[in-house]
Amino acid sequence: MDQSSLVINLSDISFTYPDSRPVLNKVNLQVRKGERLGLIGPNGSGKTTLFHVIMGLLKPSSGNIEIFGRPVKEEKDFRSVREKIGLLFQDADDQLFSPTVLEDVAFGPLNLGKSQDKARDIACKTLDLLGLSGFEDRITYKLSGGEKKLVSLATVLAMGPEILLLDEPTGGLDEATKTKLMEVLKSLDLTYILISHEMDFLWQTTDCMYAMQNGEVVTDDEICLHPHYHRHPHGSAPHKHE
Amino acid sequence: MIEEPFASGNSLIHGLDPRLKIISAALFSFVVALSWEFPTLLMALVFSFLLTGVAKLKVSRVATRLAVVNGLILFFWALVPLTFKGEPLFYLGPLAVAREGVTLCARITLKSNAILLTVISLIATMPIATVGHAMSRLQFPQKIVHLLLLTYRYIFVIEQEYRRLSRSAKVRAFRPHTNVHTYRTYAYLIGMLFVRASERAKRVHQAMICRGFQGKFYCLYDFSMSRLDWAFSIIMAGAVFGLGILEWTKAV
Repeated sequence: MDQSSLVINLSDISFTYPDSRPVLNKVNLQVRKGERLGLIGPNGSGKTTLFHVIMGLLKPSSGNIEIFGRPVKEEKDFRSVREKIGLLFQDADDQLFSPTVLEDVAFGPLNLGKSQDKARDIACKTLDLLGLSGFEDRITYKLSGGEKKLVSLATVLAMGPEILLLDEPTGGLDEATKTKLMEVLKSLDLTYILISHEMDFLWQTTDCMYAMQNGEVVTDDEICLHPHYHRHPHGSAPHKHE
Repeated sequence: MIEEPFASGNSLIHGLDPRLKIISAALFSFVVALSWEFPTLLMALVFSFLLTGVAKLKVSRVATRLAVVNGLILFFWALVPLTFKGEPLFYLGPLAVAREGVTLCARITLKSNAILLTVISLIATMPIATVGHAMSRLQFPQKIVHLLLLTYRYIFVIEQEYRRLSRSAKVRAFRPHTNVHTYRTYAYLIGMLFVRASERAKRVHQAMICRGFQGKFYCLYDFSMSRLDWAFSIIMAGAVFGLGILEWTKAV
């Protein structure tokens, strides 16, 4: 197997929150450049924890993390990881803390040492990419749920990441915003891992799906055909099965 | 929902440089707060009324704001003249109303209204975000500026969380009474709000770290002084000096 394309390599990662059962139990996960992974699993199965471990927000009790082929252990190592991996938080209110949209999107580039003009430029371009031009001076807390989510994505994309970790990006979004998000994700040429409970969305945006169960990542990408019940939210409007 | 009713507008004052407005309001407030003579205080009040007029603020809204403060001042009027030691002005039954108490209350009333009106017309006519940026450009300590901005940003989130919690109590038939159950419920509600706020703070910090935050904030906004700003600063300087001289000549 080609080792050079391995961008995330977790081996035997374990993590336990104080006073609770292990959330991650010897997790092994390999992500290759260009892969678009879906991650499913019941609530509390450790999906978000896994993301936070990759970003260095939580320190695993054991195991090794390699990002772009380099082992990362200390906070210092993770600083450069955060320049290359963007994490989209579940709750957009956690991500948007600046008063105006422009400031929030420019926050990352400024931290990366870009000049003010350059950061402003990047921010405007990123907003434009997501169809959010004209939002620069909007006040972040006054945005709608869908707008907040897209602006959050802009704040992450503005840093020019190579990998995205998307933690339930569709939570609380309406169909139109979901479709928009889907289009944006498809148009980006990025490696990403996407946590979601929505099979339709995962089906559209990812190439293969992993499941988390009892603190482990189950990697089974065999396609198994199965009958299922479903409902049609748009009544009798015709649709196709692929 | 907390609102900024005066922040949007297209008056002369709304268009001024935010930095100038902050400095003007601060200087004016200091001079008024430190003045003692009635002519000075009256002039200050007249000037602050003029400012409110120039800012074209809705009179009813300004009056509501003033009413809050003057409600408090009413308590002073009820208590201070009766409890102040001094020459009796007149008697209310067995109680003496002291002249010094009355003049003190009059001063407090004039000062607070003058300062409040000035702050409403100069500071409240900008969105808080702009106040923060201007403070940042005026070299206020970064920590104060960001404490202000982050507090302002998350007050809304905390307010929503409070509403969610109290709604969930309400839909389960909670009605406040004077009993232990009510006190306990409110204590839980407030406690939960603190817990959630602290969890929120943790997540916000994590999100900031993920975007390379290293303890330094940057301000993207620049302000510049126009000819109008210079004209206004001369007027403001004139007013502040005028009040100072008035106070000084009366005091000597």
